[in-house]
Amino acid sequence: MSAHSLTKASLRAEGLPRRRAVNRMMESLAWLAAAVAVAILGVVVYSVARRGAPALSLDLITKTPASFSLTPVKQGLANAFAGTLVLVGLATAMALPSGILVAVYLTEFARPAIRSAVGLALDLLNGVPAIVIGIFVFGLFVVGHGQSALAGSFALACLMLPLVARATMEVLVLVPSSLREAGLALGVPRWRTTLSIVLPQTIGGIVTGTVLAVARVAGETAPLLFTSSLVGTKVSWNPQHALQSVPVAIFELAESPDPQDHARAWAAALVLLLFILFASLAARWLATRSRSRMGASR
Amino acid sequence: MAATAMSITIERTVQVETHRHPMPPRERLERIFSVEGLDALYGGKPAIKNVSMDVYKNLVTAIIGPSGCGKSTFIRCLNRMNDLIPSFSQTGTIRYHGQDITDPGVDPVAVRRNIGMVFQRPNPFPKSIRDNVAWGLKVLGMKDNLDERVERALTQAALWDEVKDRLKASALSLSGGQQQRLCIARAIAVEPDVVLMDEPASALDPIATAAIEQLMHSLKSEYSFVIVTHNMQQAARVADMTAFFSISRGEEGQRWGELVEYDATEKMFTAPADKRTEDYVTGRFG
Amino acid sequence: MSAADLTPTEPTRRPFTGRRVHFGDLALQLVAGTAAAGAVALVGLIVWKVIDGARPAIDNYGLGFVTHIAWDPVKNVYGAASFLFGTAITSLFALALAAPLALGIALFLTELAPRVLRAPVTALVETLAAIPSVVIGLWGIFVLGPVLRDHVEPALHDTLGFIPLFGTPSSAGPSVFTAIVVLTIMILPIVSSICRELFLSVPRELKEGALALGTTRWEMVRGVVFPYARGGIAAALILGLGRALGEAIAVTQVIGGGVFIHWNLFEGGDTLASKIAASYQGADSNVQVSALVYLALILLVFSLLMNVAAQWIVRHVARRQGVGLDRAGPG
Repeated sequence: MSAHSLTKASLRAEGLPRRRAVNRMMESLAWLAAAVAVAILGVVVYSVARRGAPALSLDLITKTPASFSLTPVKQGLANAFAGTLVLVGLATAMALPSGILVAVYLTEFARPAIRSAVGLALDLLNGVPAIVIGIFVFGLFVVGHGQSALAGSFALACLMLPLVARATMEVLVLVPSSLREAGLALGVPRWRTTLSIVLPQTIGGIVTGTVLAVARVAGETAPLLFTSSLVGTKVSWNPQHALQSVPVAIFELAESPDPQDHARAWAAALVLLLFILFASLAARWLATRSRSRMGASR
Repeated sequence: MAATAMSITIERTVQVETHRHPMPPRERLERIFSVEGLDALYGGKPAIKNVSMDVYKNLVTAIIGPSGCGKSTFIRCLNRMNDLIPSFSQTGTIRYHGQDITDPGVDPVAVRRNIGMVFQRPNPFPKSIRDNVAWGLKVLGMKDNLDERVERALTQAALWDEVKDRLKASALSLSGGQQQRLCIARAIAVEPDVVLMDEPASALDPIATAAIEQLMHSLKSEYSFVIVTHNMQQAARVADMTAFFSISRGEEGQRWGELVEYDATEKMFTAPADKRTEDYVTGRFG
Repeated sequence: MSAADLTPTEPTRRPFTGRRVHFGDLALQLVAGTAAAGAVALVGLIVWKVIDGARPAIDNYGLGFVTHIAWDPVKNVYGAASFLFGTAITSLFALALAAPLALGIALFLTELAPRVLRAPVTALVETLAAIPSVVIGLWGIFVLGPVLRDHVEPALHDTLGFIPLFGTPSSAGPSVFTAIVVLTIMILPIVSSICRELFLSVPRELKEGALALGTTRWEMVRGVVFPYARGGIAAALILGLGRALGEAIAVTQVIGGGVFIHWNLFEGGDTLASKIAASYQGADSNVQVSALVYLALILLVFSLLMNVAAQWIVRHVARRQGVGLDRAGPG
């Protein structure tokens, strides 16, 4: 049965209507899936905005939570915001240089076997659940010494390290070898070439990766539960104490029976969400800017 | 009528021998494509303008011309493959057996069912040799006598003997020439009316190329072929009709392709009507 | 001054002799290498410290811990079985819900969406991943939970109540079902983003080859795109599963707690991760802490296994296709 035997070649289609219907159904399902995802995002953001906005005030950041007080007192989460600044700041200070160094080692010095071994370690580290990291740091630093923001920052740094390292590696490999060779050809030693010529090219990517890592870690609760959660209500900047943090505060306020606490939780969640969205946008903008600059320099 | 061996001498190019049955007179040929005033544009910029030609059944029709003259664009219009390119648009009509396939109401899936395509670089599926041919048959509802259909397609594509003992092997283990023949088998297994070929042998060595040209010759009685080729000698060898496209330039430096001349191959190569055709086939440019 | 002093001044040249390796190079390599070694050591340290912390519980309860259903800090009787069950049931159901959604989203973004929608929708799905778990949990407690409890669970129970999964909804509100929905939302972005990149990497010629035969887009996807991306999809699913079983915060906020194994999704329960998170304030005795670390150890083992499995799949299945395609020559 070949086309030759057709007297009038119509546009043949065996079972085409049914196949077309199946195709259309599958396409609709795909559209639906995307719509569901966007809708969920919308609903969550809307809920946070709607419930958080009314309770949002400067007091949230400037006042501390009241410990037992019979008279109504303006309350806030100043200790949590201060604590988050300290925790995230220290974590970045720990993870940023180490992440960059790991990336430098992997791209500039390591043999392929070492590169895959360390790469595997980074991926494994990335896959350890945050709560387990918290338990790990608990066993490492808290047992016998008590909780502290240092311990909490270290836990957060463990989460940040693979992210910073990977982001740095991605931009390091983009630096053309001709640049490195040019430096070496001038007689500049390898270490100088790497630090003064190669790394500066990657600053954009490193900053982007770090901003994203910061955004990620600012919202992490689990690593801090066992390392920096037994806190007072006063604002403290001392990393040797356990400091309150915004995500842990939200976590605790959500469990409270007091609706005012819930309102504060939503407000804090709104601030956190705004910060993270802003940081993601900034990172995206930085990424496109540095990409075009690197493209232009070729 | 016995086939007469014709020797075509092209000035300053290689002497080409062809054995060809003489074509029946034009009036007795059945038209399968009737293209009228076809313009094809990418992002508003014309790639080809005002192409009008008829393609006839059971012939090999070659499209030749310099690079960038829109040959691939034209052939992809014939089976609505350009629909896949987002910035594409076209005006004009293409009638396939009288039916306008450019009409938005026509389902490109149905069009492609009847008008198959073989691509420039072999693109077998990451499946076994057998499944490459069988998959299309199964999806399109031609499941009866599946094994026979597969064997027939592979035989027609002159590949059966080489693969019959390893039908389960991955198609990717074949050589380039074998893969292309597999793609041809895959295309003809679903029994299309027409097979479009976009420079099918350009990625292949001369032996594989010869095998594919022989294929077209032997399958002509069952299918109609439209082949794009940048190789004039190939067109001279295999094609009954040849269409020559060339690049035209506009005042502001735009370039687009136009159909310059379309006629029986011997005429195109021995006594072309248009000077541009003559310049091209004699190698004076392009 | 003799003529010997009047040597023509040559530009001072450093001799080629001397250290062939610069001190600075060595220093950089050493410092960077230490950081890299530190990263590797960190993974080992984590494993070791967690085993170490769990050791008292391991000595006390042995491997029977894994099959024991109990968690009594008063009597110091502990077992992980109910949490293992909770982890399994929440993660697997979440994956089952998230997988088709993620594939659908990935297909939408690569095949179906109008060009102008692709970048924005991709960004939106990625933003979903950026929402911290505590915020999703908060939303789960006060928005999602009540909706599920008041409308969805009763409806499911009324229509499908003969299935043990959809038993009587508990009056309290928090439930395993809510946790499943929350987990689905959390793993959806990762799985869909990996699948999206996979589908983008399918060569255009392959897709055109299928469409040129006269197949519909769905047939092409099913026959060419999915098989081509098969290994990557499996890896994406495993990574999503790993993410789901490690999620502690959002789950503990909505799951309700409980130490029993039951099939009714509408009651409360606990997973390994959520139990650990729920116990952060109460853990006093060393025995209880050690039991918690034992739970963490089990969780760690599973996540590492998932991670390694995903890597292995990527390395072996995906690579095979790449090699095959290379053999075809140009293109």
